Amino acid sequence: MTTIVIPRVNYLNVKTTVASWLLTRDHKRIGVMYLVVVALAFFLGSVFAAGVRIELTTPEGDFVSADTYNRLFTMHAVFMVFFVLIPVVPAILGNFVMPLMIGAKDVAFPTLNLLSWYVFVTGFLFTIAALALGGVDTGWTFYTPYSSNVSESNVLLAGIGIFITGFSSILTGLNFMVTIHRMRAPGMTWFRLPLFVWALYATSLVMILGTPVVAITVGMVALERAFGFGIFDPRLGGDPVLFQHLFWFYSHPAVYIMILPPMGVISEVIACFSRKNVFGYSFVAFSSLAIAVFGFLVWAHHLFVAGISPYSAMVFSFLSFAVAIPSAVKTFNWTATLYKGAIWWRAPLMWVFGFLGLFLVGGLTGLFLASLGLDVHLHDTYFVVAHFHYIMVGGAIMGFFAGLHFWWPKMTGRMYSDGLATVAALLVFVGFNLTFFPQFILGYLGMPRRYHVYPEEFQVLNVLSSSGASVLAIGYSLVAIYLVYSLFRGERAGANPWLATGLEWKTESPPLPHNFPETPIVNEGAYEYSKREVKVA
Amino acid sequence: MPNGIVAGADPHGHGHHPALQHHFQTLDQQHEASTLGMWVFLVTEVMFFGGLLMAYLLYRVWYPEAWAEGSLDLDIRLGGFNTVVLIASSLTMALAVRAAQTGAQRATVRWLLATMVLGVTFLGVKVIEYAEKFELHHVPGANFVYEGPHGRQVEIFFSLYFGLTGLHALHMIIGVGLLSVITWMASRGRFSTEWYTPVEISGLYWHFVDIVWIFLFPLLYLVDRAHHFA
Amino acid sequence: MAGHISPKRLYYTIFTALMVLTAITVAVAFVNLGTLNFPIALGIAITKATLVILFFMHLKYSSRLTKLVCGSAFFFLLVLFGLTLSDYLSRGWHTAPGGVSTGAGTRVTIGSASAQPAPGATDAPAGAGR
Repeated sequence: MTTIVIPRVNYLNVKTTVASWLLTRDHKRIGVMYLVVVALAFFLGSVFAAGVRIELTTPEGDFVSADTYNRLFTMHAVFMVFFVLIPVVPAILGNFVMPLMIGAKDVAFPTLNLLSWYVFVTGFLFTIAALALGGVDTGWTFYTPYSSNVSESNVLLAGIGIFITGFSSILTGLNFMVTIHRMRAPGMTWFRLPLFVWALYATSLVMILGTPVVAITVGMVALERAFGFGIFDPRLGGDPVLFQHLFWFYSHPAVYIMILPPMGVISEVIACFSRKNVFGYSFVAFSSLAIAVFGFLVWAHHLFVAGISPYSAMVFSFLSFAVAIPSAVKTFNWTATLYKGAIWWRAPLMWVFGFLGLFLVGGLTGLFLASLGLDVHLHDTYFVVAHFHYIMVGGAIMGFFAGLHFWWPKMTGRMYSDGLATVAALLVFVGFNLTFFPQFILGYLGMPRRYHVYPEEFQVLNVLSSSGASVLAIGYSLVAIYLVYSLFRGERAGANPWLATGLEWKTESPPLPHNFPETPIVNEGAYEYSKREVKVA
Repeated sequence: MPNGIVAGADPHGHGHHPALQHHFQTLDQQHEASTLGMWVFLVTEVMFFGGLLMAYLLYRVWYPEAWAEGSLDLDIRLGGFNTVVLIASSLTMALAVRAAQTGAQRATVRWLLATMVLGVTFLGVKVIEYAEKFELHHVPGANFVYEGPHGRQVEIFFSLYFGLTGLHALHMIIGVGLLSVITWMASRGRFSTEWYTPVEISGLYWHFVDIVWIFLFPLLYLVDRAHHFA
Repeated sequence: MAGHISPKRLYYTIFTALMVLTAITVAVAFVNLGTLNFPIALGIAITKATLVILFFMHLKYSSRLTKLVCGSAFFFLLVLFGLTLSDYLSRGWHTAPGGVSTGAGTRVTIGSASAQPAPGATDAPAGAGR
């Protein structure tokens, strides 16, 4: 490693008062502020998950009551979905590195960016309030008429929280989209953009087009609850299934809000640690857009057993299978990028390997659920639970950790222990599989989700699952420990510890307050590793 | 500038315009970012109303009689009057933007004020309509009363009527608030032929709100009147 | 700044056109055209909206990107409407193995025998019981 120059003034030490953080318009600081809130939400969500897993170690309902159990899994999902998975990569890593990657001084609307954070926190506080008053028991999907007429839990508060948080997501998407269109440095053409930027662009598309629909839908439920309006009310002739249509019009594409940005991260990390250009760059770029657009055409596969028209279901089933194509394009291209690459075994790549394996399983089991006949058997069983955890946790969270480990030196200027990070990646991978693989079998055998008691023959698999969750918890805690430790004792990272291409590595670590000493001029593609005389040990 | 990338010096030579924010290279880039931002925001607004309109569409297909009954209960004169008012406000808004483009400061202020007056008129009429619905117990909820063969479905109609027009009125209120800030800025001489972006993007927003009403008027007030007056 | 400046006359012309269309749509509403009333009202509304978008909002003079953004809103709105209705409108097509049709658009109406109760059959106030 060459001599490391630590920038005298960087975005962290330029001002250190609390007000300078709370009023900052710097995209890097806002990214860090999201990290803090999301970490808190992740912790809360994990606590509820622990409650669920403890209850399910025995067939009897001996740890919590059925009602409490309903609240546990609902609050787990509400925090994890709306306050972790949706913002985790775009709002933290996207905010931090996207403007750097395109050579901009900031996002297009920095004040709006700060406002998004406050909106996010406001929504979070409403949801915390709902939790403090006893939580919500409807499941995170808020299906009517249970959420509108029946449930006696704090649906209204949580609904308001989610409604508000939705606007944070919309504003972030808007900001990113305009930034990518209007703020690129000279020479940064569309096909020189890093694939993470492409992924964020596709994500913004979904945030902009989908989130408003769920916001108004939750708003309608709130009107029913608060004022007795009747839009989904079957007593008046309203249709509860309409709620499901509107809800999944957003919430299925929302899955792509969660998975597309981590996919972008994977492209960055794989290129860097196999020292190669990403195989089929333009295919990977366009597959992101294809996933975003196709994602809007498949939502009713969540409604196959809700009484929808079988003809419509066939169309939705077919379209759901079609989404597998762009996803497979990505997976094959990543593998081809690794192939004959000069693999550099470092921790971020370990997380990527975890992602690849788990995303593959998650994606393929999705095909089971897209097929009409199988879905009748598997719907609302643990098979579904396992499937989406493989995508959401195995995919999105592993991808987030890959990105966090990749850009941590850039964000903090410090290196973490590569050995511990590798161990953590392995622990999470093993723990994850131990937790969720048995759930595939449980679901196949017919164990329904959202029940706190179950027949005795399912106990072995459930105990396996719960013990896996403990390993998972150890893995995640380890990450938190060595990352926090690195803040104080970590080695200085230098501008480019991974010898990576990309504009974010051309500025100091941590970056300067306005990113670059002068606006960079781009004259090559994003992953020109072959042109570089880079020898890595 | 298809991609909005401007390298080097500002072609117009006013790089230090007081309205230029530090992270933009030129006022043009800033202007293009702002207008694109507003257009994208309006896309989210279309989808926002879209959820309610989807519900409208389904129940209109299912319950045509209830829709006709509910619609006949609305005052077509007030609705029509408001339509004229709102389209006129779109005209004055367009003229305000034009005045700002040509640097006519006093005309900008005048047209903006006219737009606001029309906007407030619209809201005033809406208050009259809502008040009447309250008196007749046509507001959905525990106190809803409707004497008619399709009372239950009419309640859905009124739920959507209040949902749609209420959301629209909320947008009007926000619009009037936005315009008062812009008017104040215009009267202080903040805009010039070089920089009138806030007037323009407020105009985009205002026109969008007008468009929503252009759809709401026939969807809510003009359902199946023919059968009852033929 | 390179914004397009339209002549005032254009704005007045568009305004007049919008007024005329408003008058037409109100007038047509009172003429019984059967099933055509709704498409006509919708067509006029779409025409009016298009005029506002093109001329008042200057889309006609905007970049291709802006046109694409505007178009995408209506495209995805149609996706929402179209695919949702693909369910509701095709529900009646299906005949269950027992030979029973599921009926045109299965509706669930609790507390009343049919979705369209006979006049006077509704128990008012309908909101009672909440």
